[in-house]
Amino acid sequence: MSANLDLSSVEVRERRLKSIISYNGTAKDLSDKSKSKSLNIRERSYGQCSDCAQGCGQVISYTIRGAAVIEHSPIGCSAPAVSALGINVANKARGLPPQKTNVLSTNLTEKDTVYGGIEKLNATVREAKRRFDPTAIFVQSSCAAGIIGDDIESATTALQEELGIPVVPIFCEGFKSRIWSTGFDASFHGILRKIVKEPKKKQPDLVNVFNFEGSDTFTPLLAPLGLRVNYVVPLSDVHQLEELSEAACSTHICETLATYPANALEKYYGVPEVKAPPPFGVKWTDEWLRDIARITGKQDLVEDYIAREHERIKPELEAAKEKLKGLKFYIFAGDSYAHSIANMLLDLGVDLIGVTTLHHDQLTDGGEESIDSLGNLVNSHGDVPNFTVCNKQPYQVYKILTKLKPDVMIVRHMNMAVLGAKLGIPSINDGDVNISAGYDGLARLAERLYQASKAKKLFQNVAAHTQNPYSEWWLSQEDPFYFEGGHQ
Amino acid sequence: MRGYIEQPRFSCALAAQQTVLAIPRAVPIAHCGPGCVGKTFAFSGLGAGHQGEGYAGGGNVTCTNTNEQDVVFGGEEKLTKFINGALKVIKSDLYVVLAGCTAGIIGDDVLQVSQDFAEEGKPVVGVDTSGFRGNSYVGHELVVKEIIKQFVDDFDLEVEVRKGLVNVFASVPPQNPFWRGDLEEIKRILELLGLEVNILFGTESAGVSEWKDIPNAQFNLVLNTWVGESTAKLLKTKYGTPYLHIPYLPTGAAATSRVIREIGAFAELDSAKVEKLIDKEEKRFYTYFTALADFFADFRNSIPYELYLVADSSYAIGVSDFVVNELGFTPEGIYITDPPSDKVGNQILEIFKGLGEEFEGKVVIEDDGGLIQEDIRKRLNGSKKAAIFGSLWEDMLADETGNLHYHISIPMLNDVVINRSYVGYNGGLRLIEEIYSGIFRNRDVAGTTLVE
Repeated sequence: MSANLDLSSVEVRERRLKSIISYNGTAKDLSDKSKSKSLNIRERSYGQCSDCAQGCGQVISYTIRGAAVIEHSPIGCSAPAVSALGINVANKARGLPPQKTNVLSTNLTEKDTVYGGIEKLNATVREAKRRFDPTAIFVQSSCAAGIIGDDIESATTALQEELGIPVVPIFCEGFKSRIWSTGFDASFHGILRKIVKEPKKKQPDLVNVFNFEGSDTFTPLLAPLGLRVNYVVPLSDVHQLEELSEAACSTHICETLATYPANALEKYYGVPEVKAPPPFGVKWTDEWLRDIARITGKQDLVEDYIAREHERIKPELEAAKEKLKGLKFYIFAGDSYAHSIANMLLDLGVDLIGVTTLHHDQLTDGGEESIDSLGNLVNSHGDVPNFTVCNKQPYQVYKILTKLKPDVMIVRHMNMAVLGAKLGIPSINDGDVNISAGYDGLARLAERLYQASKAKKLFQNVAAHTQNPYSEWWLSQEDPFYFEGGHQ
Repeated sequence: MRGYIEQPRFSCALAAQQTVLAIPRAVPIAHCGPGCVGKTFAFSGLGAGHQGEGYAGGGNVTCTNTNEQDVVFGGEEKLTKFINGALKVIKSDLYVVLAGCTAGIIGDDVLQVSQDFAEEGKPVVGVDTSGFRGNSYVGHELVVKEIIKQFVDDFDLEVEVRKGLVNVFASVPPQNPFWRGDLEEIKRILELLGLEVNILFGTESAGVSEWKDIPNAQFNLVLNTWVGESTAKLLKTKYGTPYLHIPYLPTGAAATSRVIREIGAFAELDSAKVEKLIDKEEKRFYTYFTALADFFADFRNSIPYELYLVADSSYAIGVSDFVVNELGFTPEGIYITDPPSDKVGNQILEIFKGLGEEFEGKVVIEDDGGLIQEDIRKRLNGSKKAAIFGSLWEDMLADETGNLHYHISIPMLNDVVINRSYVGYNGGLRLIEEIYSGIFRNRDVAGTTLVE
């Protein structure tokens, strides 16, 4: 349930957090069942592609400024182009200078699967040092490397000694976990083990914000309390990571992303984790600010600040609520952030007709109830109907959407918004999470949703000309989770 | 080759799922780890200018998502269940089971499992496309050959050769991002020659029925440096079909006319008819081309003249030939990313020799994008008169060095491609538009020569 940095790899989520990848019911029912950890992963006799831990590991490691990454894998696992495309757009939005994507694949071939790939790994790590002169080198494992049993732990230890910079193994083999988010934990685990240092001095005004490569929306949120933001891990450099232990506290944009490192920093370095829900929606932002103010000794400032913000944002939110009236919304997104979007939508008073999350953790690292995002959602707004869990699986979600017929769908996962598009449902892929943070974030989300609802003609045109690949037999089945009941 | 690769220009053999999806109403069933389908789709499907999941690709691909239990106990039983499921859930004319690294290493026999279905009359084919077996090109060729061996050949049809019928083996979809437009143009030209065409992939293909028709062709046409040749050899052995191998995709009038004459001679077409077609196409081509004479002369100093190009051999040869020999660029660095062996690499160098002595010392066989960029930087030596053809990675290099860039190879996530093509007469015209519009898109160019 909490980090153990003596181990080379992090325990996978299905064991550590009792995570599941399918469920069909309501938010309250799922929340209640999760409290007793009574749900298990159910075997399927049919399914569509998931995603892997290595992919999530890359989201974190590829974006560390000045570092290099080795994919110890066949060439298909290496995916630096997507990162390289987005990273400097993000840097610009963050007001940071551009950075390079320094990735080398060991390009494992058939011969390596027979004789082992460690020599190749050694050569590749040395080449990365020569080519990029990095401040640290991350070595990501893969299915192939894992099954053939390459001893990456020993190799990286020796290479670190030889090269004089941290050489950090990340154990993120795809087959080891059915929960791709395990890959976030794997990258954080490597950083915690090999990069983070004992604090030289405490920085009482510094707040670690675990996020993706998102916009700079936390600085304006925390500046009125006299606090600085340490955005990690994407776009940060190795030095910033070394100093994670010096911050006043840690918070995150999503429990799914970062309760693991936040909890570990608390356990190993006494950096408290903010235990309020993340700042998505009015009440959650209030609570989040209060908790940070409590930890950093800014209670004297916070109530005035919150009151002022409420006053300021009120007309904008009232107008937004008016605009979204009468529309039915559906959410299809990663675990905790889906709960956060749901909280925001319900704060906006809209008709939320259902939610699909991409997995569900029945537990949270640290185990505290106050950071149970689904519990917080149910406590704030009561039950949400048509609540499902599905690790992508368009063939299932297709059935849910055709039955519920939402007006707008909010997606947060790559290549999934197309599902709505093909059904004529205006859909947005809400990539940057930061943009929705705080009071202004709620107003911005409302505006994006309104704009999406206006693009109806495009999506309906797509739907009118799309051939659906699913059989009549499948479409006539009542249960979207048919293949889990032992049915074939 | 050293082994390691920075900035990869191809994915692994499993990317052949995109080959399957390029056949109308065919679908892959992936027996691999949970992330492989998404990653190979992102690389070649999205990386080829957002070509999309199409009928049932992307997230819709059936996948066993190999887990720890499967690795320990084997995954054949699970695969059988998933194939059954796919047959029930997804409407398709052909299901191609693809093994990934996990299945390949633990020894799951996808061919045998698939064959069990085929024996029951189900259109199921199995291919070992374990990622470590090779790159996207290798995967494509494996899949094409296995479909022929297990599916096309499975029908007890008497082979009846139809004179004038040709099977085309050209671009690797969408490893060649312009495959759709290429195949449209190739089919257009062949049909103008009076041939009947099994184009096999894309919207111009009738799908599985075309594949079943493969044995009946008068001849096979391979328009690729090396991919497709072993398929043509297989068909020659199986059905005695002769094949013509042209080791590149022609761009522009001169090369296309040359290739058409070769095809005409090989297929024993009426040479007067062939020449009539060439006349008509060339007249159109060069009318448009010469209409740019004013522009060429007026903007001479704003037009780059050094050619750098990073692509696979099939595209690199045709485009370099056209840009150098018809548009007058000077080749400075041509980087070929796809050769599977030194032997093929040497053949490619020979072909370039035949294109002109300007290419001497300018062609480099290299699959490591980092080293390619290092070499381009060195050769540029501060020049701002280069046109750099390549991928997203070359865009960055061109921006950094103040040069023009054009897309010709993947990954190109920062682009949208429908049926753009630089093949044939139409492809040549399109390339001319791209190159010369580019000088306005990327720079401040006025109709006069200003001091830089």
